[in-house]
Amino acid sequence: MKWTRRDVLKGLGGIPILGSIWWAGTANALVKSKDRSEILEQLNIQPSLPTALKTIGGAPIRFGIIGFGIRGEQLCRAIGFATEEWKEEMKVAEQETGNTQLQEFLDQEKLNIQLTAVCDAFDVRAEKVVSSFSTESNKVKRFKTHQEMIRSGEVDAVIIATPDHWHAPMAIDALENNVHAYVEKPMTHTVEETYQLKAAAEKSNALLMVGHQHRQTLSFKTARDIVDKGVLGHVSMIQTNTNRNDDNGAWNYDIDEKANEQTIDWDLFLGNAPKIPFNKNHFFRWRKWWAYGSGLSGDLLTHDYDRLNCVLNMGIPKSIMASGGIYTHNDGRNVPDVLQVNMEFPGFSTGSSQIKGKEKGMTFTYSATLGNGFNRPTILMGHDGTMELGNNLTVWPDGSSTKYAEMIEAEKMKPNIPIYHYNPGANMPDAVSSATSQYFADKGLMWTYIDGVRVNSTFLHLREWLSCIRNGGDLSCGINEGFDEAISAHMTGLSWKLGRKIEWDSAEQRIVPIEGIDFDEVLLASP
Amino acid sequence: MVFLRILIGWHFLYEGVIKLFNPDWTAFGYLATAQGPFKSLFIGLTGESIIGWVDTLNWLALIFVGASLLLGIFEKKGALVGILLLAMYYFAHPPFPWLEQMNVEGSYWFVNKNLIELVACWVIYNFPTGEYFGLTYLFKGTSKTTNTQQL
Repeated sequence: MKWTRRDVLKGLGGIPILGSIWWAGTANALVKSKDRSEILEQLNIQPSLPTALKTIGGAPIRFGIIGFGIRGEQLCRAIGFATEEWKEEMKVAEQETGNTQLQEFLDQEKLNIQLTAVCDAFDVRAEKVVSSFSTESNKVKRFKTHQEMIRSGEVDAVIIATPDHWHAPMAIDALENNVHAYVEKPMTHTVEETYQLKAAAEKSNALLMVGHQHRQTLSFKTARDIVDKGVLGHVSMIQTNTNRNDDNGAWNYDIDEKANEQTIDWDLFLGNAPKIPFNKNHFFRWRKWWAYGSGLSGDLLTHDYDRLNCVLNMGIPKSIMASGGIYTHNDGRNVPDVLQVNMEFPGFSTGSSQIKGKEKGMTFTYSATLGNGFNRPTILMGHDGTMELGNNLTVWPDGSSTKYAEMIEAEKMKPNIPIYHYNPGANMPDAVSSATSQYFADKGLMWTYIDGVRVNSTFLHLREWLSCIRNGGDLSCGINEGFDEAISAHMTGLSWKLGRKIEWDSAEQRIVPIEGIDFDEVLLASP
Repeated sequence: MVFLRILIGWHFLYEGVIKLFNPDWTAFGYLATAQGPFKSLFIGLTGESIIGWVDTLNWLALIFVGASLLLGIFEKKGALVGILLLAMYYFAHPPFPWLEQMNVEGSYWFVNKNLIELVACWVIYNFPTGEYFGLTYLFKGTSKTTNTQQL
């Protein structure tokens, strides 16, 4: 057979086109991947792996729950105790929205623990625990007070999920009786209590864990590696935010229809708070008053402060200035719903790529409103790069970076294109039920991802505490971390209430006194 | 028609090659965020044991379509596989007004570029041009010559 030039052209003409496209595609993909590995090699970031914990061997750890409100219920559920009502609710949610929480709950590792006791000022809640979690061999016992529960000999550990003004008295009592305590944030309600709890924790053989579950979030551990490796250079500014715009987010929780003077032990609830007549609003929405709660500074700033303290270990700020007001929910509350906080760390540095001594000091800004839900991310701003911190991490190089000058010059890095992205959930389709849950989820406060599987970080946090109770080991949020968090929150509250700068004396380990002012009196006062 | 066939082949081949040589590429995100009537089917494809096969089959199919249309051989089979792929892309993220449009660069109402390319593949299936330009020309050309000699 003889082929003419025309035959060859018409028959084989596609081959050079195919070859060119193949070559272009390969070249493009390889150049991109080479640039990428060059960048990754320079950054040398090690994504964190979950820490292995020893299992809880021997007899089950017996624990009591003090306070079975919204958070108390979440904490119990996190370690395997979910009410039938919740399971039913989740089944419906699964059918309607594809919510996967029930399946995740069922798949979760079972811990060797026993819920033996409950204490709650509201009969309905206490009885719910007794009826939901009692079994034939283990009847959950209701105690009227935490003192009775702690001294009963029926609990090895207690979980404290009460209003803030009860946190320290209960935790101190537990530790003094060598009962392990897990206490929700903020760790204390006053400055004095913070020292008392520290002393009690240091003296006790029992373990105190503060409920900042995000310390288990893997992305934050990776973020710490990023900062330690100097990827961002000297971080001079951090901005963190709270943006919520719904009733739940503004602490206007539902008031149970069965609530009345017969079903609520009002004096027990009040404790050391000023004596006032029975008030359902105060009982269910206690976060709105300084007498029991601590508003944005104790409730939400503490999350953001501790998230960053976990990444940077920057400690208590040298000074704090706060301002704000009640601008979005003028409903009788006395804690601010809009708050702007500047924390100064003049001696702090994350390292520098420039000449020695040029860079030092950092401002941490917390800006919050309960009247707008726009997502403002947490940003760490360094001379060499910027990092967005949440369940995902993204790092961008700075256009004027010293460290990356050559790569930016060679256009191997571009300031608007991230050089590192960490997304352990990899497009996991999340079904999150409410705006407030979404707020916590985005911030990495609810879940972390292990091998692409969503894991409740509260479960990990409680499991760590329980494992350390039995096996020993270091707690990721013990008394020292709690002390930093509580003091920073109280300094913020004081600054907002007094309208002046509050300073920390690190040598003396105390808030710099202001003549004629009793800090705790100010903190507890109802403005 | 030849020109249309080459352009579509070009598009498919380049997509396939880029995916083949990018070790981090995966269809996971695209499938996991699927919407519309076949949502659960696409989400089912993201399973840990299946996603690797889905990724491999995707680039293999893309390259097969690209190569067949560019070379002008097995182009009917190539066009069919192309139609199948595009139908899957179309139904994973259908441009229906009641669904949220994610990661799209234009405005679409039922008809999008995937659908148009799908129809173009259908045209190619019906009007194969490999006999005019492509490897098929060589084989057909030979037999035609034989036929002429017989006459």
